[in-house]
Amino acid sequence: MKQQIVISGIGGQGVLFVTRILAVAAIEKGMEVLTSETHGMAMRGGTVISHVKVGPFTSPLIRTGQADIGLFLHAGNLEVHRLFLKPGGMIYMNAAKGGDAEAIDATRIAREHGSLVIANLVLLGFAVRQGRLFCDLATVEAVLKRISPVEQLETNLVGFKLGIA
Amino acid sequence: MINHSEQRILMGNEAIGRGLVEEGCTLAAAYPGTPASEILSSVVAFAKETGAALHTEWSVNEKVACETALANSMAGRRSAVAMKQVGLNVAADPFTRATYLGVKGGFILIAADDPGPHSSQTEQDSRLFAHFAKAPVFDPSSPREAREMVAEAFTLSEKYEIPVMLRPTTRVCHARQNVACRPPQSREQKANFEKNPGRWVATPQFLTELHRLLNGKLDRIAKEPAFNPVLAPGGGARPQTCIVASGVAFAHASELLDTLGPEGRIDLYQVRLAYPLHQPFIEEIRKRYEKILVLEETDAVIEMQLGDGLVCGRGSGDVPRQGELTPDVIEEILRKFLDLPAAPAVSAAKKGIRPSLCAGCGHRAAFYAIRDTFPAGIFPSDIGCYTLGMNFGAVDTCHCMGACIGQGAGFYHAYAAGGTDFPTIVVTIGDSTFFHAGIPGLINAVFQGARFILVILDNATTAMTGHQPTPQLGVRADGSEGRKVFIPDIVRACGVRRLREIDPYDVEAFTAALKEADSFIRSPEGGIAVLIAGHPCIVNRAAREAQVVFAMSITDDCVGCRACIDTFECPAILFDGEENRAGIDQNRCIGCGVCVHVCPAGAIRAEGEKR
Repeated sequence: MKQQIVISGIGGQGVLFVTRILAVAAIEKGMEVLTSETHGMAMRGGTVISHVKVGPFTSPLIRTGQADIGLFLHAGNLEVHRLFLKPGGMIYMNAAKGGDAEAIDATRIAREHGSLVIANLVLLGFAVRQGRLFCDLATVEAVLKRISPVEQLETNLVGFKLGIA
Repeated sequence: MINHSEQRILMGNEAIGRGLVEEGCTLAAAYPGTPASEILSSVVAFAKETGAALHTEWSVNEKVACETALANSMAGRRSAVAMKQVGLNVAADPFTRATYLGVKGGFILIAADDPGPHSSQTEQDSRLFAHFAKAPVFDPSSPREAREMVAEAFTLSEKYEIPVMLRPTTRVCHARQNVACRPPQSREQKANFEKNPGRWVATPQFLTELHRLLNGKLDRIAKEPAFNPVLAPGGGARPQTCIVASGVAFAHASELLDTLGPEGRIDLYQVRLAYPLHQPFIEEIRKRYEKILVLEETDAVIEMQLGDGLVCGRGSGDVPRQGELTPDVIEEILRKFLDLPAAPAVSAAKKGIRPSLCAGCGHRAAFYAIRDTFPAGIFPSDIGCYTLGMNFGAVDTCHCMGACIGQGAGFYHAYAAGGTDFPTIVVTIGDSTFFHAGIPGLINAVFQGARFILVILDNATTAMTGHQPTPQLGVRADGSEGRKVFIPDIVRACGVRRLREIDPYDVEAFTAALKEADSFIRSPEGGIAVLIAGHPCIVNRAAREAQVVFAMSITDDCVGCRACIDTFECPAILFDGEENRAGIDQNRCIGCGVCVHVCPAGAIRAEGEKR
């Protein structure tokens, strides 16, 4: 199986953590994986994007119009990064209303549970539950348990489960 | 099927760090800089995990890092130094001489390039630098390959006693891939420096001979069969043409040719050692093909060595001479080279959000006071998060590490030459940048009689590259305690007679200190006034939790003048165009209270302590 995923957000929203979860999940599934990330100055609140390619790829970057799935942590980025999606590609977005995208108000849900930083995991849980990603809920939950910092683990799991609910 | 127990998902920089530990590196030194920063922190982490004994350090700058690692190699021990590409400019002096003198223990200089650039002040190609310095250079196409090349580079370096460069690019450094992890090799590497003045001191009389030896080494390396570029055959579909590629451009091209199916069948060579290019390969492909497309980043290093006439590349205009070779750019080049119809054009995407100083950043408070106090001032600045002060007019220049202090002096001399009046020049530099290259500039400015205000933005960390400690913190790369070196002591030792330390959150006191400093620099006995604007980086959770938190709001007194938006640019202050008024985004506000000073209508309110 081959799958190309873009994760789009702004610096500080936890794009890198979601990227890492998906990459480790791919390994758990015994699949090859390549990712590409944004580091440096853009992480100070600027627009950031990660690419995740699961399967036999050699390039870490996704070309225009090739992504199967897009996870958008910031709705405003749709106009910036939508061009990576192929026609018919699925978009899961952190927003109250989604238009043609599947939307969940992850920021509101995270805030209501007292921790804005888990909005990324709310969206991830929501996206995995739709069944289009290469990985299943149990795998992702196991990865989350394994790679979360100890003091953050409980909050992270809450976020992920809120997304699934 | 992948064996779980050995495979780990590693970022390119982590794969390089892992490689250094596994291959028995005994000293690794670095100065942080995107995209190279994670290399040294990975060495530290993997050394701890595996129990490998090696010295790791965040050196004060790349030159010192390079010299430290070189001496460890002279003592017969494997050594590495890591930096971003412009760090190599700083380390140029020790590195260029090191090829002449050679090394003993394997020596790798890792220079991470940034085509694009994504987070750098130039797009320079370090492979071209390796060519200039006469050092062999590996050009990895993936994290896994970067890991393998660490082993090859050590072996090559020891076989020929020559420093070797490993040149990853951003897309390798910040890619992640499953990489096989093995236990570190145990190697006997007792320090043993053999004195040899003709080599290690090498006065000019020895250098022609050393240069001859160096040229001989390069000639022999250029014939090493191991570095003959690897051919992925195209099956004879296009017998007169081929593609020669290196680095991540090879990875992109290889995948693209696959997706093109039968039309993408063409001989594709991967160059792994970009300089010196395998000599028999050059002769062979010049005979075999009529047209050769070269894909490499960021300059024409392989292309130059292949020679004239047959190459489609930067020289012929077939490959753009600037910018990153993304898969989309390479697709366009390939389609043209293979006479295929162009891919459908894609309309340009909207630009993303520009980065900005964090809500509550102490730098913002300092910048606001500086620009507000000296509306006609000139503001040289430097490299770090604080470069973002340009967003609201508090940063006029950014050149290279430490340059702002020399520039402050240069602007003073330029204006002072025209008479007695000169604009107030306020130079801003971060704490880590001051240690890196600010100190010689400050000594020079004091001695040469320049007059300006130097504000050292001390946030107690190297924030932009991932919070590496500075010498003032007293914590070394491996977490051990080091003797603290204090910035105020250094400033005084540079000959500065006027120094004050103030928290920029106290906007009134900071503004008063700026005015006082301005009087000092203009007084008959004046010179350089230094203000240390100390406030810890609020990304540091402990620092953030230790500070007072105000409940912030904007009252109905807001007249929609946008002063807070345009002159302060705090991500926690949003403007509602429909209501024509500003509001606080409580999700992002950390309650620092600084913005109270910004509103001309007095509509921003800070109440009590929220905690």
